[in-house]
Amino acid sequence: MSLEILGISVLWTFLFGYVILGSIDFGAGFFNAYSIITGKHHLITKIIQRYLSPVWEVTNVFFVFFFVGMVGFFPKTAFYYGSVLLVPASIALLLMIIRGSYYAFETYGSKGHKGYALMYGIAGLLIPASLSVVLAISEGGFISIIDGNPILDYRALFTSPLTWSIVVLSIVAVLYIAAVFLSWYANKAGDTAATNLMRKYALCWAFPLIIAAAGIIYELSSHNPGQFERILDLWWIFGLSFLLWIGTVWLVWKKKNYGLAVGLLIGQFALAFFAYGISLYPYLLYPYLTIYEGFTNEAMAISLVVVFILGLILLVPSIYLLLKLFLFDKDYVRGNRKNVKSNEKRGLS
Amino acid sequence: MLFDDPVFGSRVLTIITLSFHVIYATIGVGVPLMIMIAHWVGIKKNDEHYILLAKRWARGFVVTVAVGVVTGTAMGLQLSLLWPNFMELAGNVIALPLFLEVFAFFFEAIFLGIYAYTWDRFEDRRKHFLLLIPVVLGAGASAVFITVVNSFMNSPQGFDIVNGQLVNLNPIAAMFTPAMPTKVSHVLATAYMTVAFLLASIAAFKLLKGSNHVYHKKSLYLTMKMGLIFSIAAALIGDLSGKYLAEYQPEKLAAAEWHFETEEGAPLLMYGILDGEGEVKYEIKIPYALSILASGSPTSEVIGLDQFPEEETPPLVIHYFFDVMVTIGMFMVVLSLVYWTGIKRKWPFVRSNWYRWLIVLGGPLSVIAIEAGWWMTEVGRQPWILNGIMTIEAAATSSDYVGLMVILFGGLYLILGIGTIVVLNRMFRKNPVELELEQQEAIKGGETA
Ligand code: HEM
Repeated sequence: MSLEILGISVLWTFLFGYVILGSIDFGAGFFNAYSIITGKHHLITKIIQRYLSPVWEVTNVFFVFFFVGMVGFFPKTAFYYGSVLLVPASIALLLMIIRGSYYAFETYGSKGHKGYALMYGIAGLLIPASLSVVLAISEGGFISIIDGNPILDYRALFTSPLTWSIVVLSIVAVLYIAAVFLSWYANKAGDTAATNLMRKYALCWAFPLIIAAAGIIYELSSHNPGQFERILDLWWIFGLSFLLWIGTVWLVWKKKNYGLAVGLLIGQFALAFFAYGISLYPYLLYPYLTIYEGFTNEAMAISLVVVFILGLILLVPSIYLLLKLFLFDKDYVRGNRKNVKSNEKRGLS
Repeated sequence: MLFDDPVFGSRVLTIITLSFHVIYATIGVGVPLMIMIAHWVGIKKNDEHYILLAKRWARGFVVTVAVGVVTGTAMGLQLSLLWPNFMELAGNVIALPLFLEVFAFFFEAIFLGIYAYTWDRFEDRRKHFLLLIPVVLGAGASAVFITVVNSFMNSPQGFDIVNGQLVNLNPIAAMFTPAMPTKVSHVLATAYMTVAFLLASIAAFKLLKGSNHVYHKKSLYLTMKMGLIFSIAAALIGDLSGKYLAEYQPEKLAAAEWHFETEEGAPLLMYGILDGEGEVKYEIKIPYALSILASGSPTSEVIGLDQFPEEETPPLVIHYFFDVMVTIGMFMVVLSLVYWTGIKRKWPFVRSNWYRWLIVLGGPLSVIAIEAGWWMTEVGRQPWILNGIMTIEAAATSSDYVGLMVILFGGLYLILGIGTIVVLNRMFRKNPVELELEQQEAIKGGETA
């Protein structure tokens, strides 16, 4: 495997990690806010908070990893994307700042403050929307190079049906992923009311998800025919992903084995996400920048890979510990731990 | 200016984000160490007050960490958004410590999450204490790696430019630059110092506001002692930073000192103003002190601004930043030294109200010194973003929307700054120490009964 492929695979994997963790995170925040509006707060808030509290900063790190690694492995992306993303990425940043801060204000500080909860719930849902615009830009057709500087055509970007289908997919995916995950988590906690509610949401969003995904492929056929061809070549991966989707929906429908449902869900998104990534190959920014032209020098690439491996050796056991304590610990999940109770009372859950 | 000059706009946005983020970053680096010390003392002395101190600091800390995380994310991404040409070069040479920083932070975040939620999950308290070690190390390492990047911007090395192409790249050499040792140690020492004094401010404030609980007295004494140690370290290392500047960035030192003519036995100027003809007025002159700061010998030669073309002279305003930093540094050393001696010798005035008010002031003053230090470093590197190699003009984005972003981010930071204070204040007022100590007693009593 060449260093270029290795680099982009690592980054794409991190992005995938962010998509899944971020979706759970943002979706959970949104459901929490939504339940406040509809008065179902008491049903799900505890479950959501118990999962989110120790984990959300870890989620954010996946995102930072992705963009720092991007500049490290492919420094030219800073030049091409840096200028044109000023507005969309800044909006995403502003939303992330609001989301992270108000989450902390509500959870650690003013427990149950409705304004704060609404604020971070809504900001969270808009983050994937604003970030997904970057994917649309990478498809090409919105950037022109004028006097050696890349310029973004905002009009074309925001009137393109492709952009909007990607935005819609990102939002629907967030809600679907979070709902399936939380069904499992609530079920594990033995909280039937919360499980039923989340299960209902999961089923609600399952069909819109497939329709939105199909919409994007359809839009691509006219927007970027070359990539559309490659997607058709990879039809079997997308097909497999679709089967996994059916599996998830079936399990959730039958209220069976939520754990397996979450596994299938992750598999479904992984297949689709990587197939989409492969269909973009070799472009980082169509048609200006490929992973080969954009790649860093060899010395940097090798040192990044070495650090990456060393880092994983340190992190994997730590993450395992975190998951063991908070995700797979029955007593914690059920809120039976002594400290969970006293913390929840004190507003530190 | 702001709306039609992307270079100016980018500078403004960067300095706002940096100035805001650095407050939270400093707290993020320093508080884990203070928690660790308090927790350790608590275990050693078997004193619940210190354990509770660690607990309460940790509780406030998770709020500031959250804001630190998101503003740090903003800082990192904004570098690419605002200075794309610089980041393209930097990506090739100095991406390694940036990458390392993310790992260090990741490590810290995981264990902080575990520490904060497992107060009662360990039978043996010392095991819970051990969780703090990766938090302290991770926080310190993050600061080290980011400061390594800043050092690279001040004294770049580890590559050559031949015909506009980067060659001979050496990512390791780029990390170990001449600026690195003094910068890294100065940043760490000042972060620990600032946090110690901030926590001392809180304790002193509580004592002033009527609570005479011994909990606050213990807290005040502990934090002032830490503050004393780290403020002395900060001043000593700061002296070495001056020597680094004299050798590698003499124009920055000369601009900070309004040192116009190269001369031997140069005096140190504090304060003063520049009149229209470039004459310094109303200054305090300390004979030979600049030569000592620059090289350790009172008669050595210090290069003045006469050796540099005007377009490469840093803005002279950094003189005030330098003065503010050094004055506050000295003041804090004296304040904490007198306090510490006073407690040992039982001088009554260190427990008086006016002295406690000075201590309350010390926390915010230390934060101001941090800001002044960064402004001096960053503004003092003008016109360069990468010293001697790339100017900020060449590095900046050409986007038309920077001005708008300045307003949006500036507004949001303001709201968050106020929000943090409001939330922290509410959180601790709702749950005062006295109440929490009582509850602990009650639980204990219940358990033994
Ligand atoms: C008391 C004597 C002090 C001296 C002689 C001193 C000296 C210096 C010098 C020469 C620099 C510039 C280094 C460069 O640009 O490369 C610097 C930077 C800085 N100083 Fe100080 N300093 C002192 C105290 C303090 C204090 C008390 C604080 C904060 C609490 C502080 C915070 C900083 C910071 C944050 C920087 C920027 C980072 C860096 O460049 O190291 N300094 N200091």
